[in-house]
Amino acid sequence: MGKTVAEKIFDVHLVDNPAGDMCVLGLDEVFCHEITTPVAINDLVRRGKDRVFDASRIKAVIDHVSPAKDSKTALQGKILRDWARRHNIENFFDIGRNGVCHALFPEHGFVRPGYTIIMGDSHTCTYGAFGAFAAGVGTTDLEVGILKGVCAFRRPGTIKIEITGSLPEGVYAKDVILSIIGRLGVSGATDRVIEFAGPVVEKMSMESRMTLCNMAVEAGGTSGICYPDMTTVDYLRPFIKDEFNTRREAMDYYSRFLPDQDAGYEKSLEIDVSALAPQVTYGYKPDNVTPVSEMEGTPVDQVYIGSCTNGRIEDLRVAADVLSGRRISDSLRGIVSPATPGAYRKAMEEGIIETFMDAGFCVANPTCGACLGMSCGVIAEGEVCASTTNRNFYGRMGKGGMVHLMSPATAAATAVAGHITNSSLYKDQNPE
Amino acid sequence: MRNFGGKALFLDRSDINTDEIIPAKYLTEVSKEALGPHLLEDLSLEGFDPKEDIKGKQVIVSRSNFGCGSSREHAPWALEVNGIHMVIAESFARIFRQNMFNCGMLAIELPSESIDRIFNEFLSPEASVYADLEKSVLKISGREGKEAEIAFLISEFDRALVEAGGWVEYADANY
Ligand code: SF4
Repeated sequence: MGKTVAEKIFDVHLVDNPAGDMCVLGLDEVFCHEITTPVAINDLVRRGKDRVFDASRIKAVIDHVSPAKDSKTALQGKILRDWARRHNIENFFDIGRNGVCHALFPEHGFVRPGYTIIMGDSHTCTYGAFGAFAAGVGTTDLEVGILKGVCAFRRPGTIKIEITGSLPEGVYAKDVILSIIGRLGVSGATDRVIEFAGPVVEKMSMESRMTLCNMAVEAGGTSGICYPDMTTVDYLRPFIKDEFNTRREAMDYYSRFLPDQDAGYEKSLEIDVSALAPQVTYGYKPDNVTPVSEMEGTPVDQVYIGSCTNGRIEDLRVAADVLSGRRISDSLRGIVSPATPGAYRKAMEEGIIETFMDAGFCVANPTCGACLGMSCGVIAEGEVCASTTNRNFYGRMGKGGMVHLMSPATAAATAVAGHITNSSLYKDQNPE
Repeated sequence: MRNFGGKALFLDRSDINTDEIIPAKYLTEVSKEALGPHLLEDLSLEGFDPKEDIKGKQVIVSRSNFGCGSSREHAPWALEVNGIHMVIAESFARIFRQNMFNCGMLAIELPSESIDRIFNEFLSPEASVYADLEKSVLKISGREGKEAEIAFLISEFDRALVEAGGWVEYADANY
């Protein structure tokens, strides 16, 4: 039987097979942020093992709370910063160069097809958009990754999801992944890799593929994976110019991480998205998903556009399109946080920041902040946030608050309307 | 090897996520001990009082997909510093489960019938569960001398992690 993408990547990276289906893999990259890494660093120091396996393969960023909001978060940043300096970790993104990890690291070309990547962050699965095996891990796994450059995984089964048809107007990768999570359930892909394939994915930009893979973990998935193709090569082109003379050459090399025709899947699904409507979550679990029309009119206190799911330039463009020439409702406040300095700069150049400001949005700097209820837009008890993020857990954006997950288009339309609404309502209307 | 077991805390719900086990606002702590008082602070479960109900408990018994959501190892640490070194559930989220073994603690999966049985027959403040790792059985006792033994499976590798006291020691010795 042929092999899946994950199986091919496992074969190339296998270091040890300690028992049964447990595989210890060599790691191409270990990514770090200031929330989960300091405890690993402190523990390594305590054990007298303050070493790194390869400083050039470690990347670090301060992103969750940036700039620091209090002494504790300042200390977390300091521990990471001091450690990066001590070990000559060149790719350390301090305040000013920093952005949300899963948007920032791909932008710098650190993610390549066939790579193995871990990070102490559950949405590490985002990088699968490039055909990498990328998994979120806990601090101990991260600690061992930093020290030894290895991580243990059970050989995962793969679920293949073929996305067919074509996306209707106003429907985006976020709506697709929400509907998939609704279908699989929050543990439907536990310990599994999800391969996203089919014509709809082939047409998607890298940004959209990242949105898709980002939420694989909300169905329990270890990693979401899209197949490397010319879109991937073109995105990576500036970073791989010295490695490959032509695009074709790069593609030929990356092709070895494509699945075999007869790969063994645990489950294969086909989803036709031609009739898919914009989706939104309604409860405290990401699989509580329903069409926006079902939630139409639900009052909202805050709209948040940003995060590793939907804070990229493409997302800002989509939201700005809806907001252009309009003002957000007086009944709510809007916050946008471009996920990276690169996205921020582009948004500025394209006049998108101006559109947001004219509409009455607060433009925050790149940070996770509100997404996990730590800073820059925490909501009050009993408040409701319409958000382009990926988690609606009880208390996620602030104790006692409710989060409705949605696409940037839906979030922008909701900001204008003052309640949850479909972006297509704004499509053909001229702004007043 | 550490002894596993003690009084059981029953959390009768599926999909208990790590935000509920330890809310994100405490992720600014850089010591495990500081997490202690906040364990399960945001759990949405009817009638559950974190202050009272956690006291003196060493084991958690829950339903399916325990520990889903954020990868934060603060969740097992918050359990650890409260003296809870074993979670028994129908299933776990991958990262949480791995984190438990990486810390040298036990995350034991049992079929739904066994979990149902533990809830049905033993749910009480007196219930306790001990793990005999050598024989791979859980010894459960409850009210009025009621007892049961339920076999469990853990992989050789997970067992090796528990014996080594966690993944850091194991990996540093082996790779
Ligand atoms: S934006 Fe939100 S989900 Fe993404 S890494 Fe930051 S906290 Fe996690």
